[in-house]
Amino acid sequence: MTDAAYDALVIGAGHNGLACAAYLARRGRKVLVLESGERPGGLAATREFADGFRVSAAAHLLNMLSPEVAKDLALERHGLAYAARNLKTVVLPGDGRQLVIDGDRLEGASGNDQAAFTEFQRQMRRFAKVLNRFCTRPFPRLAERRRRDNWLLAKLAWDMHTLGKADMRELLRIGAINIHDVVEEKFENPLLKAALSMDAVLGSHMGPRSPNTVYAYLHRHLNDAGAGPALVKGGMGALGDAFAAAAQASGAAIRYRQRVARIDLADCQTVGVTLADGSAIAAPLVVSNADVKSTFRLVGPLNLDAGFVRRVHNFRARGVTAKLHLALDGLPEFPGLDPADAGSRLLAAATMDGIEGAFNHAKYGECSPEPIMEISIPTVHDDSLAPPGKHVLSAVAQYAPYTLKAGWPAGREAFMRSCLGRLEAISPGIGERVIAAELLTPPDLEARFGVRGGHWHHGEIALDQALFTRPVPGANHYATPVPGLCLCGASTHPGGGLLGLAGRNSAKAILSGEAAS
Amino acid sequence: MTPHDDQMLLDTPFASRVQAACELREWESWKGYASPIAYEDVELEYFAVRNATGVFDLTPMTKYRIGGPDAPAFLNRLLTRDVGRVRPGRVGYTVWCNDAGMVLDDGTLFHLSPGDYRLCAQERCLDWLLTSALGLEVAIVDETAEVAALAVQGPTSCAALRAMGLSGLETLKPFGLRHYPFDGGELMVSRTGFTGDLGYEVWVAPAHAEALWDALFAAGRNYLIRPMGNAALELARIEAGFIQAGVDFVPAEQVVRNGRARSPFELGLDWLVDFDKGHFTGRTALLKERAQGSRFRFVRLDVEGNKPASESFILNKRGKTVGHATSAAWCPSAKRNVALASLEMPWGRPEDELYAEIYFSRELRWTRVEARCRIIDGSIWYPPRRRQTPAPDF
Repeated sequence: MTDAAYDALVIGAGHNGLACAAYLARRGRKVLVLESGERPGGLAATREFADGFRVSAAAHLLNMLSPEVAKDLALERHGLAYAARNLKTVVLPGDGRQLVIDGDRLEGASGNDQAAFTEFQRQMRRFAKVLNRFCTRPFPRLAERRRRDNWLLAKLAWDMHTLGKADMRELLRIGAINIHDVVEEKFENPLLKAALSMDAVLGSHMGPRSPNTVYAYLHRHLNDAGAGPALVKGGMGALGDAFAAAAQASGAAIRYRQRVARIDLADCQTVGVTLADGSAIAAPLVVSNADVKSTFRLVGPLNLDAGFVRRVHNFRARGVTAKLHLALDGLPEFPGLDPADAGSRLLAAATMDGIEGAFNHAKYGECSPEPIMEISIPTVHDDSLAPPGKHVLSAVAQYAPYTLKAGWPAGREAFMRSCLGRLEAISPGIGERVIAAELLTPPDLEARFGVRGGHWHHGEIALDQALFTRPVPGANHYATPVPGLCLCGASTHPGGGLLGLAGRNSAKAILSGEAAS
Repeated sequence: MTPHDDQMLLDTPFASRVQAACELREWESWKGYASPIAYEDVELEYFAVRNATGVFDLTPMTKYRIGGPDAPAFLNRLLTRDVGRVRPGRVGYTVWCNDAGMVLDDGTLFHLSPGDYRLCAQERCLDWLLTSALGLEVAIVDETAEVAALAVQGPTSCAALRAMGLSGLETLKPFGLRHYPFDGGELMVSRTGFTGDLGYEVWVAPAHAEALWDALFAAGRNYLIRPMGNAALELARIEAGFIQAGVDFVPAEQVVRNGRARSPFELGLDWLVDFDKGHFTGRTALLKERAQGSRFRFVRLDVEGNKPASESFILNKRGKTVGHATSAAWCPSAKRNVALASLEMPWGRPEDELYAEIYFSRELRWTRVEARCRIIDGSIWYPPRRRQTPAPDF
């Protein structure tokens, strides 16, 4: 393989792929990133969906980005800028009530709730801090009983120990259960409970009563220390651009419009990739930022053990999240909401039961007639996204299951109507302001971003698919059963969300030899 | 699969004939079918298969029909041997493994016509076959109940089948298969079996099963044909040195305890593993095992005396347990006391002095002996007629 022009090929210029490429290139590896689309960033994308109106096409708020990655790659030097930070969260049930969460401070809740929330935030911050260490350090391989693994395991145990008796007991109590039970016992205000539940279920095929939702909540708050999310200037595509600039500055090359059709093997060993146009690129190492199902499709089942293929097949990655984009001819009004707060993170949800009820439909292949939404009007803070005086509204809407009984596109019309109906309830008259509308369903996300099942995190964030079992046994620790093929995407630990840690960890594992299979 | 709603034990299509012939009425369940342990007398049945012809109803054997454009690639990935070498009209003995390289089952692959296969297995494995078919275009049908089969085994089996009208059968090579018109339908014969002797397996649609039994026993009368049950077959297969899933190894999908499964190397089936054919399930693990060494060795032992070493511990000369017998029998034709045994590495080398710890009772008095064991190199029952083509007449 000494004749290969590259040491490593990275499939997909999503932020994790670019992070991995950057870390590898910084250590002198010749890296080529192959991206099927026209731009970097993957699900961190800005999209012009109507003439002059641009919006973050998938993820629209940033609260997870790893500070280590941002610092290592100097993302701010490479163009990452924020239009707003520490956004407030405003819960709008649509009946005139509202609740504002501003960091640790609540508006519209009782004193009891405020006290409980302060304690809840403190505890969650501590848990997230421990979890963060689990996410940034290499994970021990438990079966091999090497000294290094024992040391890593001891460090993890020590991290748990530092929580102290009370907090550790609480983490063990709630870590694997559902968010509904936890917030139900702590809080009174239904809007607060709904807001916390939404943090646990956004992007997942889960309702507030699903097990694992506490873990999903912690995962979401891995890096934000309980503060509100940020809005990236120029839309989330600017984050993708910053990662790309960082990778290129480190020495990695990126080629766009290069769809990988196959991962090439010779004698059961990776030797490079073949592109859709038939040309082959040789490299002794291929790092896939594609989701685990797509990656092993490129390898082909005949080159893998049957049991492994079954595990990949059973990896839960059923997308339920759609994205709604509206071009508006003016700023919509939200009764009771200070117009200055229209640029906050707005949650359209009323109760946990309402969220659970919305999820029920998804279980049976139907869209929720009363969807829950996380809404952002980025143009309040960033006027570059729309013509003067105009606005865009971006909403993450659930639940819209990937496999719809009635079938998309029939379901698309209906779900769009449901979303607009919900919006009309919290902002009467918004329908008349709509100039253009777009709904990206999970199948659209799959087609546009290449994620199987249209799942935002490449697969459910749940304890059975987390930590050292993510994505599946046999492909954890960023290595795969195929020598020379590694993973670096959101399918791997610590998973989805715009973290950048999967890419960073993968590169570190490759460089240290831990990901060699 | 046939449901068991109305009947706990199913009947095979030969049931009317089997029940009439089964004087002892000793039945056992073979994969949900009533299967005779013996018809009249185990010894008579065993000697029929060694000296004349024994007939065994093997319908309950699990049978899968496998076709579709990806069938050859699917089978090559499923099985450890190179399926490309099992040409149309041929049969191959094979094993299949899980990802850890542990044997799930052994069986025979019938290449019925180009791209059309039948896999005969001891265990039900539809789930594993469907798992192995993920992402491939393969059609898999469980046809256990749709195909009736008789094993016709022994020195006079060819003559008996020819007398039934299968002319030219003597030219069929071992592991070959051939079709004949029969009873207004079709009959398939393969020169295969589980007795280590000249023998055939005859396959028909269930509608022709009774006609087959009747024609075969009428034609075989002068060839001393006799139905045989599971006990006689068990004796014959131990004598031939064949292993049996569920007896000599635990199918890997059924293993609960860590380390109880066995790899092909640990069952003495190295010759079935082809590392040069490309990837197959278990290949990576088996390569690693080949490089690092196996945990167990499977041996055939010639045990002193005539007491079967059934379920015996195998001891080394210091009396330390180094393994155990998985099957054992006094084998009348080979005149040897045979045990199949799984030994911990490195035991089972030719120079090792091994003993079988055998317990037996005579009129309620138990005796314990440590019988010296010698490793059998090759087979102890391998009559030339097993391979001869044309098959000799007796």
